[in-house]
Amino acid sequence: MAERNFEVSRLPGFATTAIIVFIILYLPIITLMVYSFNGGASIALWEGFSLRWYEIAWNNDAVKSATMRSLTIAAAASVISTVLASMAALGTTRRDKFKGQTVIYVLINQPLMVPEIVTAVALLIFFAAVKVATGYQGLGYLIAAHSAFCIPFAYLPIRARLEGMDLTLEVAASDLYASSWQTFTNVTLPLLMPGVLAGAMLAFVISLDDVIITEFVKSGGQDTLPTYMLGQLRRAITPEVNAISTALLGLTVVMLTAFFLLTRKKN
Amino acid sequence: MSRAEDQQKKASARNGWLLSAPALALLIFAAAGPLLIMVAYSFMVKGDYGNVKWGFSWDGWVGILFERDIFDGTLRLASAHLVIFLRSVKLSLLTTIIVFGFGFPTAWFIATRNPRARAIWLFLITIPFWTNLLVRTFAIGEILRTEGLINTLLLRLGIIDAPLQMLYNEGAVLVGMAYVYLPLMVLPLFAAIEQFDMKLLEAAYDLYASRFKVLWHVILPIVRPGIIAGSILVFVPSLGAYVTPRVLGGGKNMMIGNFIELQFGQGRNWPLGAALSMTLLVIVSIALLFYVRAINRGAKGGGHG
Repeated sequence: MAERNFEVSRLPGFATTAIIVFIILYLPIITLMVYSFNGGASIALWEGFSLRWYEIAWNNDAVKSATMRSLTIAAAASVISTVLASMAALGTTRRDKFKGQTVIYVLINQPLMVPEIVTAVALLIFFAAVKVATGYQGLGYLIAAHSAFCIPFAYLPIRARLEGMDLTLEVAASDLYASSWQTFTNVTLPLLMPGVLAGAMLAFVISLDDVIITEFVKSGGQDTLPTYMLGQLRRAITPEVNAISTALLGLTVVMLTAFFLLTRKKN
Repeated sequence: MSRAEDQQKKASARNGWLLSAPALALLIFAAAGPLLIMVAYSFMVKGDYGNVKWGFSWDGWVGILFERDIFDGTLRLASAHLVIFLRSVKLSLLTTIIVFGFGFPTAWFIATRNPRARAIWLFLITIPFWTNLLVRTFAIGEILRTEGLINTLLLRLGIIDAPLQMLYNEGAVLVGMAYVYLPLMVLPLFAAIEQFDMKLLEAAYDLYASRFKVLWHVILPIVRPGIIAGSILVFVPSLGAYVTPRVLGGGKNMMIGNFIELQFGQGRNWPLGAALSMTLLVIVSIALLFYVRAINRGAKGGGHG
């Protein structure tokens, strides 16, 4: 077999197709990134390297406030969802299966199953009524909505970490008369930390990227970066949008790399 | 079971609920609960300037398929709505098929690399998966645009005289959705192929099976749960797509998601919008039930398929 060099797992055309897929996958993203550094206003003709569009975006007050708002919401949603998801993960793992646990799973994973446009519309209806009733128009609605749909993304890596954790260390701690709170803060939490950080990063990225729910929930003047970009569609596309996209992409890749490094340690 | 054990079990369940309660409360407030309110809104009377008026009405649900004549009030089939539904289903199915056609070889390619290379290829698939959907839609849009890369290249090479209009039609939406949802197909397929026992291939080839026969009779049946999972993971968001048709389809090539939005904007028909959302939710739930069944079967069947 070796002399015929017959590899059983090789299927004709598959490798070529795969390479083409990778090229198609990356070509648009790379083009977008490259042309964000274009000196001219074209998205296809190269007129020399320049940071002009970054400068324009940076000096655009609408972009600046949208960026701040995006980061504020993402940070708040990431912290809230990670805390709540950690508690829920501690409540649903490493104990006997209890009545109603399926209900908890279904609720936690619900944002993954319902189409985003449906949740967006439901929140529009509900929050419109709440806005009228309370008069409150602030960022709270966006933070609540983002925190809710980030919960499953924070929950999954935390639960995975918990399930892979060794119980003996905690048993040892309580054998040595540590209170259950001491055991938790000194043993469980440090062991759980990589999962928590991974969950927080995922939640941050998911919140930062959200378009649809934000578009429907936001009050006037509450644009985030993605909804600002969506609004720019009506005008001619300039490399300014490319510059914003590239910055957003850069941030995502940094967070994801950190996420992978954190979750890889486990194995 | 002893009394003490029984009590301990109860305490454990209580703690489980208490720890989960804050997350559940937020999810009910800002995700699941509003869905129930939406059900109620679908049965109310539409307000003159959006929102609803109190009172029971079937109009929202009837409006999905029928429209009332402005003059004599008779009902007739709303063909414009049907066009949108059919377009949504057609584009979602085509997206799923295209993405499978490209995704299966890709997943196979990744799964048959050595472990080190496999991790890198997998990472390369995962990056687009996590990057902003809007950014990716913009990116593909800029390639297809009149002044975009393809047209500029073709013009320069003298292949065409005038730029091709590739944006703002169904084809652009299809290309965009296939581009955006491809990783959703590759990842579950990869998971299924990774578990595939390559010795089965040796056995098949020893028995003089052709490559095609091996693919058709050995590989595809065994990785079927992965195929079903990937197809549903692509079909479901395609059917509910909003951003891609809005950015690449222009105003004319609406899908259900955009049609729902319209009812809350210019359409000012919240009950119809709510009823449409519920319909979409039911269709998606049915698809997800199949998904769960496929996953479970995959887990139980193990190597036997």
